[in-house]
Amino acid sequence: MNAYFAYFAKRLVQFVVVVFIGVNLAFVITHASPIDPVEQSIAAVTSFGSTAPDAIAAMRSSLQELYGLKGTLAEQYVTFWSRVLRGDFGPSLSAFPTPVSALIGRALPWTAGLLIVSTLITWVLGNLLGGLAGYYQRSRTLKLMGVVAMGVHPIPYYIVALLLLIVFGFLWPVLPITGGSAMNLQQGWNWPFVSSVARHSILPALSLILIGLGSWFLGMRSLVSNIVTEDYVVYAETAGLDSRRVLGSYVMRNALAPQVTGLAMSLGGIFNGAVITEKVFGYPGVGTLLVDAVYAGDYGLVLGVTTVSIIAVSVGVLVIDLLYPLIDPRVELR
Amino acid sequence: MLAILRDLIRYNLEFRIGLFLVSIVVVMAALSVVSPYPAGDVYVVPPDLPPSTAHWLGTTSRGQDVFWQLTAAIRNTLFFGIMVAALSRVIALVVGLLAGYSGGWIDRVLMSINDTFIIIPLFPILILFYFVLRDSMSTPLLATIMACLGWAYDARLIRSVALSLKTREFTQTSIFSGMKTHEILAREHLPYVLPIVFSTTMNNMNWSIGIEVTLAVLGFTDINTPTIGGMIYWANQHTALVAGIWWWIAFPIALVVMTFVGLFLLAVSMNEYIDPRSRLARMGGSR
Repeated sequence: MNAYFAYFAKRLVQFVVVVFIGVNLAFVITHASPIDPVEQSIAAVTSFGSTAPDAIAAMRSSLQELYGLKGTLAEQYVTFWSRVLRGDFGPSLSAFPTPVSALIGRALPWTAGLLIVSTLITWVLGNLLGGLAGYYQRSRTLKLMGVVAMGVHPIPYYIVALLLLIVFGFLWPVLPITGGSAMNLQQGWNWPFVSSVARHSILPALSLILIGLGSWFLGMRSLVSNIVTEDYVVYAETAGLDSRRVLGSYVMRNALAPQVTGLAMSLGGIFNGAVITEKVFGYPGVGTLLVDAVYAGDYGLVLGVTTVSIIAVSVGVLVIDLLYPLIDPRVELR
Repeated sequence: MLAILRDLIRYNLEFRIGLFLVSIVVVMAALSVVSPYPAGDVYVVPPDLPPSTAHWLGTTSRGQDVFWQLTAAIRNTLFFGIMVAALSRVIALVVGLLAGYSGGWIDRVLMSINDTFIIIPLFPILILFYFVLRDSMSTPLLATIMACLGWAYDARLIRSVALSLKTREFTQTSIFSGMKTHEILAREHLPYVLPIVFSTTMNNMNWSIGIEVTLAVLGFTDINTPTIGGMIYWANQHTALVAGIWWWIAFPIALVVMTFVGLFLLAVSMNEYIDPRSRLARMGGSR
């Protein structure tokens, strides 16, 4: 158990490092800007209509504090961090005066739900099919699947999302192509709302699954086809063990370990995909929030979403890493 | 080198298909040189014409010939991918070789930075970059940023090879003969990792082109330089799909998908070639 705690501590340190570097990156990027974000943001807001002068002054001081433009660079750095740690990104400019944290809090469950469900489906399905394809190398169907996976895997999220949109939006309109749920529904655990959410999530989830499936499939197939030639597998086969048993407890089990690490490492990439998928399907998650914030010139919101997404993905990786030794007993708890 | 190429062409179907697809893409890009009008010009031909013998792939609502627009777009997109791949290869090589060879605290520090870059969601960060740089965001600048963000995974691969090279006898010999660290890395270890560098180049190009397309579609790049993503952006701006100008959006997508699949197949077949077990199996040896 001591070894597990050492492992735990190491992962925790890594998590802190990731968040630290990520947030510093955000600080550096914002300070590298040649434009004055405060004046830009204020110009963006006041262009919609006249605002009272004292409201503008209040906004300016709040913005300067938020962007860490008050005091020396060291002071700015400290202010920036303290605000990030408190989750305080000030009021949103495009939805003034709603705080940025409230907007993100509203959007986060949508993205988290979409990502967790589609990632799980993709991972399980991809590894299962890939494992079968690596083991039963003569199967025609599985070979064909490999060819399809190779063709689909390298296509970027946007293109797949767009193709789905064309097929199910124009050619064969059976599924809702935009929004997170139907309008005028009571949000909560009631059947009309839940089923509407499920129906609206099919296309965004499908685009994420289609892209992700290929890489898990191909990865697992090559892992398994290497393991199949190992001595202990050959031994188990010649000993007359049921082939399903060999595949399940000898081959798949050992091939899964690197795939679990891969799952942790791919989370960041999946999140990237979710941003564009959400935007294409108008899904009310943080991706849509981020892109709309850029269009609206809402600086605090962009910064907030970036920071929260870095933290959220790091938490996901941490959780997977902590579960990892429980799945694979061979992992040395270094 | 030529022998490797011959082997790949002879024994590897994936490589043949990949080579074929990439060749078409490269020919398209090369044709941009003989384009009858500059790619940036608008309203040089009648707008909204469907594909015909006069305009093979139709014309856009901005009065551009889709075919000639596409040649310039794919050329810029390819250049972008090559730029990112070349720059990030340098970073990945330095970090990977150094971390694998040095070990100890250098390795630990470099790898924790490395892991950070693997995990961090890059897309929001790129959007943040665009947000603060907006007007000065040019293609070379974006390529540099992407290169600084996209080296991590490949550095890990290179490190894993460097780790095993470190324990080989010739490394010891070089150390005793008084070679400096950077000489050992550049002259002794570099040749061994070059095959990996080549195959990761293809994957890195795919990755960077994919993100460029995605950013451009949202309008988050320099959309006045024609790229594949830029073409789709302008098509969306003119609601080409709703207006039925499908050729404006279908042909760029078809070409970029060809690029992706072609580069990916080249990378896969090279990877397989590097692994002697699967190479033997492919050439008809037994499992």
